[in-house]
Amino acid sequence: MKKKVLLTLALTMVAAACLTGCGKSSAGKNGEVVVYNWGEYIDPDTLDQFEEETGIHVVYDEFETNEIMYPKVESGTSNYDVVCPSDYMIQKMIENDLLAEINFDNIPNVKNIGEQYFEQSKGFDPENKYSIPYCFGTVGILYNKTMVDEPIDSWDVLWDEKYADNILMQDSVRDAFMVALKRLGYSMNTTDEAQVKEAAQTLIDQKPLVQAYVIDQVRDKMIGNEAAIGVIYSGEAIYTQRENPDLEYVIPKEGTNVWIDSWVIPKNAQNKENAEKFIDFMCREDVALKNFEYITYSTPNTAAQANIEDEDIKNSKIAFPDFSEYNNLETFDYLGVDGDNLYNEYWKQVKSAD
Amino acid sequence: MKNKQKLLATPYFFWAVAFIIIPILMVFYYGFIDSAGHFTMQNILAIASPEHSKALFLSIRLSLVSTLICLLLAYPLAMILANKSVNQNQFIVMIFILPMWMNFLLRTLAWQTLLEKNGVINSVLRFLSLPTLDIINTNAAIILGMVYNFLPFMVLPIFNSLSRMDQDLINAARDLGANNVKTFCRIIFPLSLPGVISGITMVFVPALTTFVISSLLGGSKILLIGNVIEQEFTQASNWNLGSGLSMVLMLFIIISMIITAIFDKDGEGLM
Repeated sequence: MKKKVLLTLALTMVAAACLTGCGKSSAGKNGEVVVYNWGEYIDPDTLDQFEEETGIHVVYDEFETNEIMYPKVESGTSNYDVVCPSDYMIQKMIENDLLAEINFDNIPNVKNIGEQYFEQSKGFDPENKYSIPYCFGTVGILYNKTMVDEPIDSWDVLWDEKYADNILMQDSVRDAFMVALKRLGYSMNTTDEAQVKEAAQTLIDQKPLVQAYVIDQVRDKMIGNEAAIGVIYSGEAIYTQRENPDLEYVIPKEGTNVWIDSWVIPKNAQNKENAEKFIDFMCREDVALKNFEYITYSTPNTAAQANIEDEDIKNSKIAFPDFSEYNNLETFDYLGVDGDNLYNEYWKQVKSAD
Repeated sequence: MKNKQKLLATPYFFWAVAFIIIPILMVFYYGFIDSAGHFTMQNILAIASPEHSKALFLSIRLSLVSTLICLLLAYPLAMILANKSVNQNQFIVMIFILPMWMNFLLRTLAWQTLLEKNGVINSVLRFLSLPTLDIINTNAAIILGMVYNFLPFMVLPIFNSLSRMDQDLINAARDLGANNVKTFCRIIFPLSLPGVISGITMVFVPALTTFVISSLLGGSKILLIGNVIEQEFTQASNWNLGSGLSMVLMLFIIISMIITAIFDKDGEGLM
């Protein structure tokens, strides 16, 4: 009998702990907003500033890849209010009915975002109803001028045996295949198995030359002169050049990936209005500028672009390239389950090859 | 009275159900269904595909090698420790455990910085005009990482079983004319076997399942079975296949635990 009493007691205590744990929301006087963003993708000062100005408490969480983010938002257990996925993942989220339409009336600062970026967003958000661009950029080759003395303008250099063991590749399926597919002259959104297979074969051929497959570490390794050539996101390129002036970034002539990361509001968001306030704050000219200077990823905020003090950065071809100068620029599409499986299957073959 | 003691375990019981039993059942659930929710064995049979079996065998090979190296390094060390006076050996054991206070990821990341082409070790070697050490992003670096991280798990159980050994047995063997080699082979080693076996399990199992060491020190160029499973979850979003492969891996862990249970009946090698 006593056992039962204690058991009930224990259960109640566990339940109570759960309830207090779940119930202690609204730490700020105007509630809270739960933000889910890429790692190191914001100036933390702006979060404090937002809390001060609005009285809304920010709960901030970070993810490393779109693929890690997706199931967490889908399951709804974390109740994120604002998320910042990339283009093709936004498309997937729209197709699977995970996103809420944004009420643009609540986001007056959206006027700061350049029209061309909304135009570009139509590839994944055809009616511009679900997403507001936060950062954009390209993927290109970062090379060390002291180790490479020829001009580089092509993905071919990543297959050049001269640079064996001096090449860093991106350790993610779509980015790695983008390089191989573009080099072969195919679309990076192809679902033609023959093309994907051919690209996989060239990646297998390249593997002995590759020093390592890395994601965030490209930055530190290139700064530390660990490798001569690396595939990198344009936003990281500006940062690396600041740290190591020997580094140069190029967009290869065969074309590349032009990507956009945008703010979206999941359907299961608990604080939609606060989410819109947060997005509006992020679109404010001074906040966007502050973030750009901190993370160095190109901002689509044209008002902020005009106010960049450093002339070199303001006119930088890396940060704000003239897209009309390049051919075959593409943005990733969501390829559907079968398309994803196709790429993953071949990527595994690449990773497992000797 | 006895009933009360049992009740003290209630919190752990809930803990185990919530964080051990239910997750394992979920792995089984996902492992036996396909993406449409129908029962399938495909996720488990997938281990036979060339990429998966290659990754599994490579994992087994690297873990066996690093377990063997750990054993060769740990046994003499444990013997020295066991022969020291209590104060001295406590100090040395302490030194041994000290690095484990630091995060495992940080320690492995530190090895990456040490081993890199222009890393700390190579800079020193180059300064001394010695040939450089080029093992980063190879199997050798992964084995080094495994040995470094898991060595304490081998030393401590062996040290435990050696230090608990009845000194009279060794003295008796000497009295009866056994030399050092014979004493070691016939008395010391067989008596320390439970410690050795549990040390082997405690090194082999984490080495077999690791994915962090191989991606940090192998430059993600070397695919171990742990990496395959991790990628199914984080990149491919194929939880079913990831769970199926995890179950295959569990099988290997269960086998090694059975071996431990056979040799180490009293659980004395365990800490």
